[in-house]
Amino acid sequence: MAALLEVRELRTEFRTGAGLVRAVDGISYTVEPGETVAIVGESGSGKSVSALSILRLVPDPPGRITGGTIRFAGRDLLRLSENEMRQVRGGEIGMVFQEPMTSLNPVLTIGRQITETLEQHRAMDRASAQRRAIELLSLVGIADPERRLRQYPHMLSGGMRQRVMIAIALACEPKLIIADEPTTALDVTIQAQILELMKDLTRRLGVALVVITHNLGVVARYANRVNVMYAGRIVESGSAAAVYRTPQHPYTMALLRSVPRLDRPRRSRLDPIEGQPPDLTRLDRGCSFRPRCRFADEGCAAARPALETAGERDHLAACFRRGALLGAEAAE
Amino acid sequence: MYRYIVNRLLLAVPTLVGAAALVFLLMRLIPGDICLVRLSGGGSVDADALAACHADLGMDRSVLLQFLSFLGGFATFDFGTSMWSGKPVSYEILTRLPISLEIAVLATVVAIAIAIPLGTLSALRQNTWTDFVIRTVAIAGIATPSFWLGIIALIIVLDVTSAVSGTPWMPPIDYVPLWQDPVRNLSMAILPALTVGYRYSAVTMRMTRSAMLEVLREDYIRTARAKGLVHRLIINRHALKNALLPVVTLIGIEFAFLIGGLVVTEQVFNLNGIGRLFVQAVQNQDYTLTQALVMLVVAVFVLTNLVVDILYAWLDPRIRYA
Ligand SMILES: Nc1ncnc2c1ncn2[C@@H]1O[C@H](COP(=O)(O)OP(=O)(O)O)[C@@H](O)[C@H]1O
Ligand SMILES: [Mg+2]
Repeated sequence: MAALLEVRELRTEFRTGAGLVRAVDGISYTVEPGETVAIVGESGSGKSVSALSILRLVPDPPGRITGGTIRFAGRDLLRLSENEMRQVRGGEIGMVFQEPMTSLNPVLTIGRQITETLEQHRAMDRASAQRRAIELLSLVGIADPERRLRQYPHMLSGGMRQRVMIAIALACEPKLIIADEPTTALDVTIQAQILELMKDLTRRLGVALVVITHNLGVVARYANRVNVMYAGRIVESGSAAAVYRTPQHPYTMALLRSVPRLDRPRRSRLDPIEGQPPDLTRLDRGCSFRPRCRFADEGCAAARPALETAGERDHLAACFRRGALLGAEAAE
Repeated sequence: MYRYIVNRLLLAVPTLVGAAALVFLLMRLIPGDICLVRLSGGGSVDADALAACHADLGMDRSVLLQFLSFLGGFATFDFGTSMWSGKPVSYEILTRLPISLEIAVLATVVAIAIAIPLGTLSALRQNTWTDFVIRTVAIAGIATPSFWLGIIALIIVLDVTSAVSGTPWMPPIDYVPLWQDPVRNLSMAILPALTVGYRYSAVTMRMTRSAMLEVLREDYIRTARAKGLVHRLIINRHALKNALLPVVTLIGIEFAFLIGGLVVTEQVFNLNGIGRLFVQAVQNQDYTLTQALVMLVVAVFVLTNLVVDILYAWLDPRIRYA
C-alpha cells in the first residue's frame, strides 16, 4: 500500500531579528492510510511548524519552507499552485488546532463555520450544508445540534468548541486530519473524552491522523507510530509500543521519565528534563541534545547523528551513544 | 434590545444635567456679561441701563433660580430666546444645524468609503509599496489642517474655473436644502465635506489598518485558511467584521465632533454652521444660546454613542448575548 503522506527532508525556517531559526530541520516521516501517527516533543521543538508546513500555512514572512518534499496522495504539496493547495486544505486534509477558545471566529455562528467549508469544497447549497452540519455535530457527540448550529462560539465550553473544530475538520471527509495538541488547552477530564472521540472517529471513518502532543501517555494509548522531535529534527521514530518500552534515544528516555507511567511503580520518581531546549538560531554541527545529555562525549560535538535502525526493524534513533544508553537502561 | 435602548436613554439624563451644570457655571465664571458687551461700546457703562438690561434678561434673579429655570426650560423643550438676537434659540440652532449635519454626514460617508477599503488593502499588503503609499497619504491627512486644505481647494477651484470659463466660480453661501436644489446644495457642501473627510478618513484608515493587522494574526483566521476558504471570504467574512469593531467607535467619536467642532472650516468656506454660531454665542456671552449649543453637542455625543453600541451589538454576538 502506498503511503498517504510522505514527508521527506522537510525544512522550514524563520528569518527573525535574532537570526535564522531552523524550526524544522530536515524531518522525514510517513503516514499510512487510516493510521495514527504521533509527533512528540517539548514545546518549541518545531511540531506546530511542521504541521503548518504540510498545509503550507506557515506565516510568510517570516517563515519559509526551504526544502524537502511533502507527498500527499500521490502529489507533492510543495509544487501545487495556491489554488490547488486550497482544495487540499479542509477538503483533503482537515486540521484541528490547539486553542479551541480562539480558533473559532467569535462573530460567526457555529453553523456558518461548518457550512462554509462544505459550500467551498463540496459546492453544497445552504440547505444541504445545513443538514450535513447537523449530522456532523451529532457525529462528534454534540447534543441538540439544531440549536447549537445557531449559537456562537462563546456560548460553548472549551471541550464543545474542540468538538466543533473536529466536526469542521471532518466535514469534507478528508483522508487525513492533523491535530496540533488538540487537548492541551482542555481540562484533564475533557482531554480523555476528546482523544477517545478522535480515536473512535478516525477508526470508524478510516481517516489517518497525525496527532501532535507533548504527552507521551497519549502516544502509548492512541498512536500506531511515534516520531520524537527535538530542536527541529526527529531523533527517534518507531512503533508506539517499541518507543514506549525500549526507547533508543536519551531524550525519549528523559521524556518518559518526566511523565507518570502505569507500567512503573507508583512511587518511582518523576524527573523533569533538566536544562532548556537549545536556541535554534545558534545550533552547531554537533548533536543538539548534547548539552542536556548525561551520556554525551566528545564525539557528540563533532557531528550530528543521523537516524539509524535501532533495535527492531522500523525503529530508528539518532544517537552516537546508544551503546552506553542501553547499558544504563539495563542497570536501572 | 428595546429595553436596552430605553435604559441607555434614561442613563443619558444625569449626563445631560451634569453637562448643563458645568456649562452654566463656566459661562458665569467668564468675566463680564452680555449686558456689558452690549453697553460698553461707548466706554463707560451707565449703571441704570445695566440694571435694566439685567432685569430684562432675567439676570437679576439668584443664580440658583436662573439655573433651575434653565433646567426646567430644557425639560419642557423650551430653550428660551437668544440673549443677543432676541430670536428663539431653537430658531437660531435649526437654521444652522442642517449644513453642519450635512457636512458631518457627507464627510463620514467620504471617510468610510476611502478608509475601509484602503485601510484593509494597506494591512493586506503590509510593508509593500502599496502600504507605504497609503500610509503616507494617511499621515499627510492627519498632519494637514482641514482649513488650510480648504483654502487651497478654494484657490484651485477659483483658478481652474476662471481659466476655463473666464469667470471665477465660488461655492454658494446661502444654504438650500438638498431636496430643493441638489446641485446648489452639493456644490456648497462637497468641498468642505471632502477636506474634512480627508483628515477623517486618514484617522479611520490608520485604525482600520492596525485593527486589520491584529485580526489577521488571530487564530480563527488561521482556521479559516486551514479550511481552504477563498481569500475574499477570509477577508470579508472572517477578518473585516472583527476589525470593524474599533473602527466603528472611532467613526462615532469623529462624527459627534464634526457637529459643532468645525469652527475654522466653516469660517473658511463661509458656512453658517453650528461651529460659527458657537463662537459667536460665546463671544457675545449669550448664556442661553451657549448653554443650548453645549446641550446639543452633548446630546449628539450621547446619541452617537448609543448608535455605536447598537452597531457593536449587531457586529459582535458576545455583546448581543451578554
Ligand atoms: N511566526 C514565527 N516567527 C518566528 N519564529 C517562529 C514562528 N513560529 C514558530 N517559530 C519558532 O519555531 C520554533 C518551533 O515552534 P513550534 O513549531 O511552534 O514549536 P512546538 O509546536 O513544538 O511547540 C520555535 O523556536 C519558535 O520560536
Ligand atoms: Mg505547538
